[in-house]
Amino acid sequence: MTALVSINKLCKSFPGVRALHNARLEVVAGEVHALMGENGAGKSTLMKILAGVYQKDAGEISIDGHEVEIASPRAAQALGIGIIHQELNLMSHLSVAQNIFIGREPRGRLGLFIDTEKMARDTQAIFDRLNLNLEPHTLVCDLTVARQQMVEIAKALSMDSRVLIMDEPTAALNNSEIDDLFRIIGQLKRQGVAIVYISHKMDELKRISDRVTVMRDGQYIGTVPTATTSMDTIISMMVGRALLEDERPPEADGTQEIMLEVRGLNRGRTIKDVSFTLRKGEILGFAGLMGAGRTEVARAVFGADKRDSGEIWVRGRKVRVHCPADAVANGIGYLSEDRKHFGLATGMDVQTNVVLASLQRFLSFGFFLKPAAIQGAAAKLIAQLGIRTPSALQKVALLSGGNQQKIVIAKWLVRDCEILFFDEPTRGIDVGAKSEIYKLLNALAAQGRAIVMISSELPEVLRLSHRIVVMCEGRITGELAARDATQEKIMQLATRREASPASGPIGAAAVAAIA
Amino acid sequence: MTASKMLQGFKTAAFSSNTRQKLLAFASLLGLLIFFSMASPSFMQTDNMVGILQATAVNGVLAIACTFVIITSGIDLSVGTLMTFCAVMAGVVLTYWGLPFYLGVAAAIFFGAFSGFISGVLIAKLKIPPFIATLGMMLMLKGLSLVITHSKPIYFNDTPEFPLIAQESLIGYFLPELPIPNAVLILFVLAVVSSLILNKTVLGTYTFALGSNEEAVRLSGVNVDRWKIIVYTLSGAICGIAGLLIASRLNSAQPSLGQGYELDAIAAVVIGGTSLSGGAGTILGTIIGAFIMSVLTNGLRIMSVAQEWQTVVTGLIIIAAVYADILRKRK
Repeated sequence: MTALVSINKLCKSFPGVRALHNARLEVVAGEVHALMGENGAGKSTLMKILAGVYQKDAGEISIDGHEVEIASPRAAQALGIGIIHQELNLMSHLSVAQNIFIGREPRGRLGLFIDTEKMARDTQAIFDRLNLNLEPHTLVCDLTVARQQMVEIAKALSMDSRVLIMDEPTAALNNSEIDDLFRIIGQLKRQGVAIVYISHKMDELKRISDRVTVMRDGQYIGTVPTATTSMDTIISMMVGRALLEDERPPEADGTQEIMLEVRGLNRGRTIKDVSFTLRKGEILGFAGLMGAGRTEVARAVFGADKRDSGEIWVRGRKVRVHCPADAVANGIGYLSEDRKHFGLATGMDVQTNVVLASLQRFLSFGFFLKPAAIQGAAAKLIAQLGIRTPSALQKVALLSGGNQQKIVIAKWLVRDCEILFFDEPTRGIDVGAKSEIYKLLNALAAQGRAIVMISSELPEVLRLSHRIVVMCEGRITGELAARDATQEKIMQLATRREASPASGPIGAAAVAAIA
Repeated sequence: MTASKMLQGFKTAAFSSNTRQKLLAFASLLGLLIFFSMASPSFMQTDNMVGILQATAVNGVLAIACTFVIITSGIDLSVGTLMTFCAVMAGVVLTYWGLPFYLGVAAAIFFGAFSGFISGVLIAKLKIPPFIATLGMMLMLKGLSLVITHSKPIYFNDTPEFPLIAQESLIGYFLPELPIPNAVLILFVLAVVSSLILNKTVLGTYTFALGSNEEAVRLSGVNVDRWKIIVYTLSGAICGIAGLLIASRLNSAQPSLGQGYELDAIAAVVIGGTSLSGGAGTILGTIIGAFIMSVLTNGLRIMSVAQEWQTVVTGLIIIAAVYADILRKRK
């Protein structure tokens, strides 16, 4: 039986990052093929190349045994490849039928007007095929997220897709909605559609997938049948690398002063009863999968988002933090995972960004800038952190990701914050700059600053953290000391979902298999 | 600093995009001046030049007010009717109540600042989009001016000092061959002060930073709301100065005047290279933009081009100026 899709030796690089190196994937008609790997393993890049969003650098893609070039999303559609992105791409003020046929609306006799009747009929036909109880004229904004996802699936099928890529489709669904989705996936399978399914949730894979392909660091690791492979095997394929013992940080000094204590933090569905402490000179790692609520915790503590409840204590004193200005006044700094949107004024120069959080210190008469002092501070930090820039007056937008990250760090160093939240400090940064950032974090901790480091890369968490807190679905599911922590243990805690009746015996069995 | 470093710094400055935009605008202004002086001999005469300067003053001051707001990536549609409202309040204090001259001046600036403060609160605290908040303010201020004056002009006949604000020439007093009116002097002093504020103070830094990335500024622990309110308040106070200039030139507060001035001011800002999406802009550019507009109006009038066609040309120029900017950025 020839494979429906066959990908071989696929390579793709982005500036400073090698995203894929000899990636492989083979999917046959009528199977659900799970694609697994840690964050940053290259799953999404691979799928975006298959869907025509990115162009490959090298390698080959074959459909039905014929080699093809996929130059655009439209070309992918013509080949029968549909993708449902993690972020839904629907126009919420248009109807379901309008969304499904956007750009290919059936025309009436004169070719001037849209044949709304036909559009509704065709939409209904797809819904019937999926056994979906949806009305073509409903506005998308009136649907739940789960139903919007069904609309995306219907849209992909309306283009006669034979391959359907689903990127974390259950991330926003509750258990009964997941059951619905799986029922539809089952139907598609019987109709001969091949499904590539990306998910981090182990129990789901056991329920629906036929085979699993594991990727790591942009490379193909292996393909195994789901039914006969244990979860432990798959997890060890995913994490792979063994860490050298001497890379581990020393044991945390439990006698140091407690700098920050968070008690009973809650925010909607994203943060559930989170409490933790942070000591002077300590790096506290926050591990978990994407969407586990780690960034949300940092933003809530920093006052960037409102919280429903929870107390924040700094050096044994309860403090009021209602906005970022309050947090900064209490010595708390936050380095966002999204530097361009939340960390830097990229249209402005390096030195302005460096002093942005502490401008009050560089003023005479409280109003006029002291250019010499600003230049001095910027020059000092450019040298100290090794920021590579032609001058302190260079626009930040023109610098590399690693250097931009150092500028954000410089900003908080100038502000002299005692407590620093680093959210994905090495995201989008090349390997060389990464190790510089690691050294910097270690040096800051050695100087007595208290650091929370959020990272989705397990080796990074293990290498830097004195203590590790693991989150899953808004809750803290466990805490590990550096000496006890392993990638496997963290993974188990990170996938420990709240027990609920609907997840069923299979889910429970999967958790048992992990444990 | 070594000589080579200085040279490098100079090069960076000379070729930065802002500088190039200013050069482009300045070259256009020069081109217009040369064109009109060749087209009509009366264009270059002192009287006409003074007329152009005088005509630029009010729009120039309003455009400076708009520049601050637009750099924060906001917009202020109320500057025209606010100018009139400030003139009316000066009239109330001086003519209705017969209070001393300086209180009239203070009233115009105070009410300008106060109105700007309200716009700022609406935008920063109530999160009303700047376009809507200042559109509302524009209509309210227009209505209030008409209500207060019963739709009749207020004349400053009891205050002989008042016309001197804009019309007298302090420069001409010392240099008789250069009878530049005070209105123009005020415009230039204000331009210099505003330029200093934008480039040398904390307020200026936050003005640019707000337009560049407001969320990043907020997450740096800066009280974003407060600085935004301060920018709108300052902009309002500058509109108060514009109110004094126009009332002084007309020797009266004309309550029905004002609407339409905001668009001329915004046009001057845009021609001067300030981006409507915020984060970039200069006062010098704005002043050049304001001069381009008044030279154009004056020159076309001297060439006996009909008023209606003058408006068409102005529209064309605005679109051409912004398109030139887009072409430049695309490179």
